[in-house]
Amino acid sequence: MISLTINGKPHQLDIDPDTPLLWALRDELHMTGTKLGCGMALCGACTVHLNGSPVRSCSVPISAAAGAKIDTIDGINSAAFQAVQNAWRDLDVVQCGYCQSGQIMSATALLQTNKNPSDADIDTAMAGNLCRCATYQRIRSAIHQAADNLGGKAK
Amino acid sequence: MNFLKRELFKSETDPALANLSRRTFLQAVGAGGGLLIGSGFIAGNAAATAEKSAAQKTAPAFNAFLSISPDSKVTIVVKHLDMGQGVSTGLTSVVAEELDASWEQMHWEFAPADAARYNNLYWGPSQGTGGSSSIANSWMQLREAGAAARAMLVAAAAAQWKVPAEEIRVSKGIISHGNHSSSFGALVARASVLPVPQKPKLKDPKDFQLIGKTIPRKDSADKTSGKAIYTQDIQLPGMLTALVAYPPQIFGKVKKVDAAKAKAAPGVVAVVEFPRGVAVVAENFWAAKKARELLKVEWDLSACETRSSAELFNACHAAANKTGHVVKAEGDAAAVLAQTKNAQVISAEYELPYVTHAAIEPLNCVVKVEQNNCELWFACQMPTVDQQQVAAATGVKPEQVKINTLYAGGSFGRRACPSDYVVDAANIAKQVPGRAVKMVWTREDEILNGRYRPMAVHHIRAVVSGDKAVAWQHHAVAQAILRGTPFEAMIQGPVDGTVAEGIDDMHYAIPNLLVQATEIPIKVSTLWWRSVGHSGNAFVVESFIDQLAKAANKDPVIFRRELLTKEARALGVLNLVAEKSGWGKPLPKGVTRGVAVHKSFGTWVAQVAEVRVNTDKTFKVERVFCAVDCGVAVNPDVIRAQMEGGIGMGLSAALGEAITLNKGVVEQTNYHSYPLLRIDAMPKVEVHIVPSAEMPSGVGEPGVPPIAGAVANALFAATGKPVTKLPLGNTV
Repeated sequence: MISLTINGKPHQLDIDPDTPLLWALRDELHMTGTKLGCGMALCGACTVHLNGSPVRSCSVPISAAAGAKIDTIDGINSAAFQAVQNAWRDLDVVQCGYCQSGQIMSATALLQTNKNPSDADIDTAMAGNLCRCATYQRIRSAIHQAADNLGGKAK
Repeated sequence: MNFLKRELFKSETDPALANLSRRTFLQAVGAGGGLLIGSGFIAGNAAATAEKSAAQKTAPAFNAFLSISPDSKVTIVVKHLDMGQGVSTGLTSVVAEELDASWEQMHWEFAPADAARYNNLYWGPSQGTGGSSSIANSWMQLREAGAAARAMLVAAAAAQWKVPAEEIRVSKGIISHGNHSSSFGALVARASVLPVPQKPKLKDPKDFQLIGKTIPRKDSADKTSGKAIYTQDIQLPGMLTALVAYPPQIFGKVKKVDAAKAKAAPGVVAVVEFPRGVAVVAENFWAAKKARELLKVEWDLSACETRSSAELFNACHAAANKTGHVVKAEGDAAAVLAQTKNAQVISAEYELPYVTHAAIEPLNCVVKVEQNNCELWFACQMPTVDQQQVAAATGVKPEQVKINTLYAGGSFGRRACPSDYVVDAANIAKQVPGRAVKMVWTREDEILNGRYRPMAVHHIRAVVSGDKAVAWQHHAVAQAILRGTPFEAMIQGPVDGTVAEGIDDMHYAIPNLLVQATEIPIKVSTLWWRSVGHSGNAFVVESFIDQLAKAANKDPVIFRRELLTKEARALGVLNLVAEKSGWGKPLPKGVTRGVAVHKSFGTWVAQVAEVRVNTDKTFKVERVFCAVDCGVAVNPDVIRAQMEGGIGMGLSAALGEAITLNKGVVEQTNYHSYPLLRIDAMPKVEVHIVPSAEMPSGVGEPGVPPIAGAVANALFAATGKPVTKLPLGNTV
């Protein structure tokens, strides 16, 4: 039995300990906001926060998340997340939208540690998140806007 | 898609087809009859759950495309797949415009598979999405649907208030006259029993309130909260997950299976064979994936390709050196070339690799097969084709195949396919009858079973006399896309039109022009990849034009202008992009510009790329200026988004994408070996839209074709060396 906290609620999972966190979330808990993209931590579609830091949930076995605090797109509710989500909506960043859960989780993590990211900071923090629709320009703009709204003075 | 393009052009110029579209529409909405409240909910809606049906009983359908509920919620039936291109927003806004609804009261849902009502008007009796045709084919159809419903609401108000209909105003969902005022909902009961006007009056475009304005996307909220439901996210009672062991090469077959260990693995419900592979059907993804690794399968690879990429390119070059099928001939290019000394002939040989779609959502499909009934849940791009193919695979009738369409996590052409993955899912599900089965491809499955944009070779020889291009002889060699598929009937003439697509209607006025095309058979699956033949062919033509401009000692923009004097819309985008990019003005040291202009799917796009070449020979595309003329700009922000995305995807392919074969085996497996553009390589993009009152044309694909040529031309300007091969890599 593996115990962990997801979006503020305690969960106990009795599953194969090598099950990736992604599949525990999706198939056991039916939290489907976190997506499968590559299964190898190459695309970032499955990004969640593990104790506040962004991780690729496709490559984290559930056993490694025991006792951890997990936040996912389905339930995260921080000020940074709200600012990011609002900016994403304001600028209509999404196209197909499939990668955007991961993009938003990575952007939220960035703003939680860097209130005033430059374009270069954004490129570094977001380089692990692929978007085949290439919404990258709007992602950059939305992160700057979210930073502004959070009180940082983005360049 | 060339066949779609032809239809598009026809419809722009052929009033008979426009009338046909109109007739089809009026039939679909039940011309003259009028639809009754309560009985008017959309018949045959495969997506309708009991809950939804109940909702629709209280929301009378005014026609096949819209219903209005007593609380004034307007719901549009969207007959096209939204795969990111924003068509759910675009089509909804077209109806809302003529209805004079408020944007907030507008809602939408995907259409069921029902070709009689929801066919693509450019595709005859077939329902489907592609060829950047969604807005274009729906434009009049949905304007009329909205205008008809508005007229019925106004007639109801006129009768109730006893005032002349023509004095009634409708604005942002409020119907008013003098002291009278009503919501749509309050008039629905009376309005929906009135006759459907056959020729509703359409708005004068100068009165448009939503079209041409930036209005927010309808899918943003769900797609930024994890709530949008993709195929991957469908949950059904008792649903199982299937992963497939596919042969290591396309066209391989199962020879022998030892499934004992896989069957005994935890969570496995069944192991089933079907023509293309062996599926492990399990309680969840992880159980299926682990059990799949326990399968022992021997494959019959006798029908598979055995050559490597270098050999295939050699075969293409050999074919290009022979005579091909003539697809365009003006003047006598051969004679001019024969009279020209070899040293004065400008020539180039181009090579383009296979590329794959690689949408972030790997392909997947949920199927439940029961007796005389088959139900699917997936991002369905070609409902009519998929219905037929699934019916054939499962033994039910096409009309017994119900399709619930969901958002696509990208497609770029891949889901508009001859149902390959859909039929696989059906073949698996029919062996587990009564259970919903979600077939999931991993990224590796998706690349291995990709249907790639064909590799291609082009040979061109041309003559410049003084400062003018006087002859151009072009031979395009590529594998066909449609040959050997259910779409083969679309091939007109001996060679698949996608081979020379975008060259066969060469926009540059070259007095002596000969374009030939040859199909080369290769045992690899191919398909349309966003903008199809245009994506590679525009690179070839636009790169070569710059070689000619250099030979003519002319600026590339001026050289193009002189060849485009009869193409007003081409000149429009070229001049706009030249102005906005500051063409001709000085650039920082190390930065050069390149330009390209191309038409696809009725839309003209010109782009200027600014590229910085560093002292270590690495380069970076820093800025791209884009001008687009797509007729009436229905939603400028969606158009800008599609140009930004098209540039990003085209640049991704131009810089780094290639599927290569080693003795017939695809060498790429996942994003480490098939790298996509990441945010750090995305240039700043500035999009400018040419104001136009022309019929709207597509924007999903036309942003892609020019970018590779624009970048190649900037590199040519920097180094003096023509670029003739893709991908470019990251150094000059």
